[in-house]
Amino acid sequence: MTSRQKGLKKSLVALGMVAGALAVSASNAEAADPIKIGTFLSVTGPASFLGDPELKTLELYIEELNKGGGVLGRQLELVQYDVGVDSKKAITAVKRLVSQDEVDVIIGGSTSGATMAVVPIVEKAEVPFISLAGAVAIVEPVKKWVFKTPHTDKMACGKIFEDLQSRGLTTIALISGTGGFGKSMQGQCTKLAPAYKINIAASESYGPKDTDMTAQLTKIKGVDGIQAVVNTGFGQGPAIVTKNYRQLGMTAPLYQSHGVASKKFIELAGDAAEGVRLPAAALLVADMLPDSDPQKPVVQGYSAAYSDAYGGSVSTFGGHAYDGLQIAVAAMVRAGSTDKEAVRNEIEKTSGYIGTGGVVNMSEKDHLGLDLSAFKMLEIKDGDWSIVR
Amino acid sequence: MDKLKSPRTGGLLILMAIIAVLPAFLDNAFQVEIAILIFFNAIVCIGLNLLIGYAGQISLGHGAFVGLGAYGSAILTAHQGWDPLLSMVAAATFTGVLCFVIARPILKLKGHYLAMATLGMGIIISIVINTEDQLTGGPDGMYVDGLSFMTSQIHWYWLIGAVLVFSVWASLNLIHSPIGRALRAVHGSEVAAEVVGVDTTQYKVLIFVVSGVFASVVGSLGVYYSNFVTPDIAGFFHSIELVVMVVFGGMASTFGAVVGAAILTILPQVLTFLHDFEHLVFGLILMLTMIFLPKGLVPTLADLFKKGDKS
Repeated sequence: MTSRQKGLKKSLVALGMVAGALAVSASNAEAADPIKIGTFLSVTGPASFLGDPELKTLELYIEELNKGGGVLGRQLELVQYDVGVDSKKAITAVKRLVSQDEVDVIIGGSTSGATMAVVPIVEKAEVPFISLAGAVAIVEPVKKWVFKTPHTDKMACGKIFEDLQSRGLTTIALISGTGGFGKSMQGQCTKLAPAYKINIAASESYGPKDTDMTAQLTKIKGVDGIQAVVNTGFGQGPAIVTKNYRQLGMTAPLYQSHGVASKKFIELAGDAAEGVRLPAAALLVADMLPDSDPQKPVVQGYSAAYSDAYGGSVSTFGGHAYDGLQIAVAAMVRAGSTDKEAVRNEIEKTSGYIGTGGVVNMSEKDHLGLDLSAFKMLEIKDGDWSIVR
Repeated sequence: MDKLKSPRTGGLLILMAIIAVLPAFLDNAFQVEIAILIFFNAIVCIGLNLLIGYAGQISLGHGAFVGLGAYGSAILTAHQGWDPLLSMVAAATFTGVLCFVIARPILKLKGHYLAMATLGMGIIISIVINTEDQLTGGPDGMYVDGLSFMTSQIHWYWLIGAVLVFSVWASLNLIHSPIGRALRAVHGSEVAAEVVGVDTTQYKVLIFVVSGVFASVVGSLGVYYSNFVTPDIAGFFHSIELVVMVVFGGMASTFGAVVGAAILTILPQVLTFLHDFEHLVFGLILMLTMIFLPKGLVPTLADLFKKGDKS
């Protein structure tokens, strides 16, 4: 035994005590007077374009609700953790929300990975959970405590196929990004195509960092009888596809996904974007909606409130958070309490709620509650969106 | 009595005592979760510390080995219907063999080149996991059933706690064996080690394999515990996180690895109240520690105590 080893022992004891003290101080079991709304979002990292507007929206509207006297006479309190795109962090954050912060409802999960990772925890803890992520798998099959507000890629495929049908086009080619979004949507479109009697005659893919897709498009051009091309993916890939498409002189209608539904896409693709069609949420074209559209006041209101508070333009992602919060608050009001079982039941009964994503009618079998009318088919004309009617 | 005071037995006993009494101070599931996370990280760090701290070889790709263990287990149980424990052994064997195969060419490199090679290997594994979505579920991750006999969180606490104690014990014994002495000789000077008859390559390969297997087993257990795995487990940032834990706690100190893992797992949770400044403060704490405690936390503090004893 040396004095060094003795010292090591002492320091270990000291550290053990520090760790213990930290653990104790981290617990604050105060009486829960305000209604606690928990959220875990990708506020930083590669998915921050999702998490940032989501968090800002929640903060904005919770503050607004509190100014108006709160909900059920109680103030709302937002408990938030940034989880980046790390599913392990998401799991830790949700365990913290349910067992330490003891939140009444969870609205969050920017990415499908983070949402799917926490589903087992939420189901076990029995806390109502409204996810803000895209994948169909979140609500199919239905999970008792899990709901979501964003449109699914399956719906986007459906909307595109519906439009193809109305134009009498049946033979198409798919070109997909290999990122999570592009791949998932490619799978959904392939599965859904027979139901709309659409024949996918060619399917090509490109990597997330590819800068030229002429090879894939030339291949598609060589296939006989292609009447339209559908591109699934987001980021800069679809803009390059669009440019290459025009450079190759291809004239069949080109469809993009809801993943590129932002002004950025038109900027990147420039003139080549003319005539491109894509499904998108009403929020994007708030001012162009006909006055008869029940969604118009909702999306205009949200759009104005968000821009006033933070500047810049709204994104559909923030809209998903808005819808999630409104649905949860409405359910609490109807339930008359924050009893988790009662709130869950009321969320499931949500019907006729008009949000930024569309008209929501949930049921025991449908924890999303949106139908294809939630998407507007847009066409790019003169460098701006226009609604296809 | 003297034996009790050596880190091999004394330190181990203290660790066991901490693990045994800790649940009494944890008053909710979240705190137990953090304790379990610390155990997981500590086990990987102990393995990594053997490589970095004792053999002096840096690895910036250890997250990938954790990922291999996790996905190996996940794929074998979810797609092939294998028994979870058998899958874990299979995944660990695969990782071990992979480490063995790549160790020889990789460990011939030194310094920055070795770092680059392990970094590259880690990124390749991470890309494969991300793109082979038929098998791995791609970026959205995959769901895996857990161990059927582990019904509550506290079971996991005891299991992983036991694995941690075993890892510390194994690591301490390894260090104090001829292998450990040979490794330290390699760290000091490879040429000198070879002159006195140490087969440096063989020892470096051995320790690379051992630390890879440590990581793989943790990956497997982790996936059974959380029932879900996404590719970021094998990512570059996870690898860096692990190296930081080892360096922060103190290289060439098994307990340093444990303490580093504990502090760097707790710290981000404590700092969440800072919201936007969380990462800034986290970075600042790391920088200050490295500037003022360059040997790492445990060795520096141990030296301080030693000085205190003498005066």
